[in-house]
Amino acid sequence: MTAEIKSIPTGTHAGGAILTHKRENLWQDAFRRLLRNRAAVVGGVIVIILALTAILADLIALMPYDEQTLVDQNKVPAYMVKLFPSMKPYAKISDKYPMGADYVGRDLYSRMVYGSRISMSIALIGPLISLFIGVIYGSISGYFGGRVDNVMMRIVDVLYAFPGLLFIILLMSFFRSSLSDPTPGTLSYMLGQLDAKLGGMLFIMIGIGLTAWETMARMTRGQVLSVREKEYIEAAHMLGVSDLRIMFRHILPNIIGPLIVVETLAIPGYIALEAFLSFIGLGINPPMPSWGAMIADGSRVIRTYPNQAIFPALALAITMFAFNFLGDGLRDALEPRLRGTQ
Amino acid sequence: MGHYIVRRLIYLAAVLLVVSAITFILMHAVPGGPFDQEKRVPPEILANLNRRYHLNEPLPVQYSRYLYDVMLPHFTTNPPKNTVDNDFLINFRISKLWVQWMNFGPTYSSRSRTVNDIFRQQLPVSMQLGILALFLAIATGIPLGIMAALKQNTIFDYLGMSLAIFGVCVPVIVLGPLLVWIFAVEMKVLPASGWGSTPPFLFGVFPQTLGWDYFKFAILPVVALGLGSSAIIARLTRATLLQVVREDYIRTARAKGLLERLVITRHALKNSLIPVITILGPLFAALVTGTFVTELIFGIPGMGRYFVTSITNRDYPVIMGTILLYSVFLVIANLVVDILYAYLDPRIRYD
Repeated sequence: MTAEIKSIPTGTHAGGAILTHKRENLWQDAFRRLLRNRAAVVGGVIVIILALTAILADLIALMPYDEQTLVDQNKVPAYMVKLFPSMKPYAKISDKYPMGADYVGRDLYSRMVYGSRISMSIALIGPLISLFIGVIYGSISGYFGGRVDNVMMRIVDVLYAFPGLLFIILLMSFFRSSLSDPTPGTLSYMLGQLDAKLGGMLFIMIGIGLTAWETMARMTRGQVLSVREKEYIEAAHMLGVSDLRIMFRHILPNIIGPLIVVETLAIPGYIALEAFLSFIGLGINPPMPSWGAMIADGSRVIRTYPNQAIFPALALAITMFAFNFLGDGLRDALEPRLRGTQ
Repeated sequence: MGHYIVRRLIYLAAVLLVVSAITFILMHAVPGGPFDQEKRVPPEILANLNRRYHLNEPLPVQYSRYLYDVMLPHFTTNPPKNTVDNDFLINFRISKLWVQWMNFGPTYSSRSRTVNDIFRQQLPVSMQLGILALFLAIATGIPLGIMAALKQNTIFDYLGMSLAIFGVCVPVIVLGPLLVWIFAVEMKVLPASGWGSTPPFLFGVFPQTLGWDYFKFAILPVVALGLGSSAIIARLTRATLLQVVREDYIRTARAKGLLERLVITRHALKNSLIPVITILGPLFAALVTGTFVTELIFGIPGMGRYFVTSITNRDYPVIMGTILLYSVFLVIANLVVDILYAYLDPRIRYD
C-alpha cells in the first residue's frame, strides 16, 4: 500500500536550491498532518482506548456479562440517586454495581465493557468487507470499461434503489432462519454454528457488507477511470504488464487514499446500524451485550431507571464522536483538497 | 427533458421488477411459511389457508400473479366491489370504464385488512414524520450554514458547527432516549410516545388539525430524526458558500457597487445551494428509512412496527408492498432532485 514518491536522486532541486527538509513519503506526511489536528488526535486516542477495552474486556469487566443476581435487579449505586433525584423514593442502593444493575440483575458496567467488543468489531470488519467487495467490483468495472462497465454499473444502480435499511432487516431474518440448518455437516449448519459462536455478529457483518459496498464500488470506478488513461499506465501496458498487475501495482496504490477516507467516515454509520439492528432484536443474540440492545432494554424503564438507557447511549455517542473526528482528520490529512466539503 | 423523464420512468419500472424479484426470492428462500406458529395448525386447515392465499401454487405463478395485481392497471365496465381480495390503492373512472391500479393484496395477520389498509392508515403517519423532519432539516440547516459562513471564525461559526458535529455524530437511537428522558421524564413538558393524528387524513396524508395537540407529540421525534440531516445541510451550505464568495463573479458584483446583502442573496446563495439540492435525494432516502427507527423508539403508529413484525410473521404481502413502495419513493426523489438540478444550473442538460 506504499505509494512512495520516487524522489530525485540528488539532494538538489531542479532550480539548484538545496532541499533542507527531510524527504518524506506520502503516508508519513499525512500522518504528521493528522497529529497536528487536535480533534483527530483526541478521536484517535478514544478509539485506541475503546479498542483496548474490547480486547482486554475480561480484565476490565467486574463480572461476566451474563451473570444474573435476580435479587439485585435495578439496583443503583449511591451517587446515581444524586444524579437522578427522581429515583429517590424507590431506588434500592447497592454499591456493588458501579453503574447499576439491569432488569435481571446484571452489572451494567461489565455489560457495557463487553458491548464495546461488538461495536469495535463492526468498526473494524465493516469497512474491510465493504472495501474488499467495492474495490474489486469497481476496479473491474472501471478498468475494462465498455459493456462490462455498463452492465456492472446498472446492477449497482438498481441496488441503490433498494431501501437499504429495509433490505438489511430482510436479509437478517433470512440469514437467521435459513442458515440455521440443524443437520451437521452442511455449509449452512457451519455458518449457523460460527454465527452462534460469534454471538450473532457474523450475520450482521455479512448484512452490512452486502449493503455497504455499492458506494465504494462507484467511487472506485470513478477513481480508476481518472487514472486509467494516465501515461504511466500506458507505459505499463507497453511493457506487457498483465492486467491484474497493472490493477494492483499501478492503479490501486494511487486511488486507495480517498477510498480509505470515505470508508473511515462511514464507520460511525456501521456502528449505528449494528446498534439499531440489536435495538429491534435482529442483531446480537442475547445474552451477549450490545449497546443498541442495552439502549432498547433501558428505554423500557427510562421513566424509573434512566441510568440503564443513558449510559449505553453515552458510550455509543462517544464512540461515534471519536470515529467522526478521526475520519475528518484523516480526510484533511490525506486529501487536503477535500477539507470541509462534507 | 421530456425524453429524459420518460426514460427515467421506464428505468423505474425496471428497478421495481428487479427489487420485487430479489425480495420475493429472499422471502421464499426462508424455510417455513406464514402459518407456522408455536401452536401447530392442523394440516387440513393449513392447506386451506395456503389455498386461500394462493401459497400452494408454484412460485413463478405466485410471482406473476403478484406483479399483475400490483403493476398493471385493471379495467372493468361494472362498478367494482371493494373486498379483501379486490382492494386497489388507485381507483378512478373514465366515462364507463373503471380503472383500478395497485392491489397489494391481503395481509395474513388479519382477515379483514389489506396491505392497502395499512398503507392508508399507517403510511400517512410515517410521511408526516418524514416531511416534518425534512422541513426541520432544511429550515434550520441552511440558515445555520449561511450564518456560519458569513461570520466565519467567529463564535457564531464555532457554535453552529459544534451543533452540526453533534447532529452528525449522534444517531437517532441515542438522541431519542436522551430527549425522552430530558423532556418527558425530567421536565414533563412533552409526551414520551404516541402521535397526535389519527385517520382519516386530509388528502390522505395530512392531519386534520394542526395545533399544540398535534405538535406536542411531533416535536421530539422530528428533532431526533431531523437533527442529523440538518447538520449535514448546515456543513455543506457553509462549505460551498465559503467557496462561492471567493469566486470572480462575486468580486465583480461587489465592484459594481452592489449592496452586500444583494451580493449574498442574489449571486452567492443561489449558486451555493446547488450542491445542497443534490444531497437532498440521498438525505430524503435516509429520512424515509430513518422514520422506521424513530417510530420504534417513540412508539409512533407508522409503517415501522408493521414492517418489523411482518418480517418475523412472514407476512409476505406486507414485506413486498413496503419495500416496493419505499423503492418508488427513493427513485422518484432522485428523479425530482435531478430535474431541480437542471433547472437551477442551466449548464446541465439531460438529453
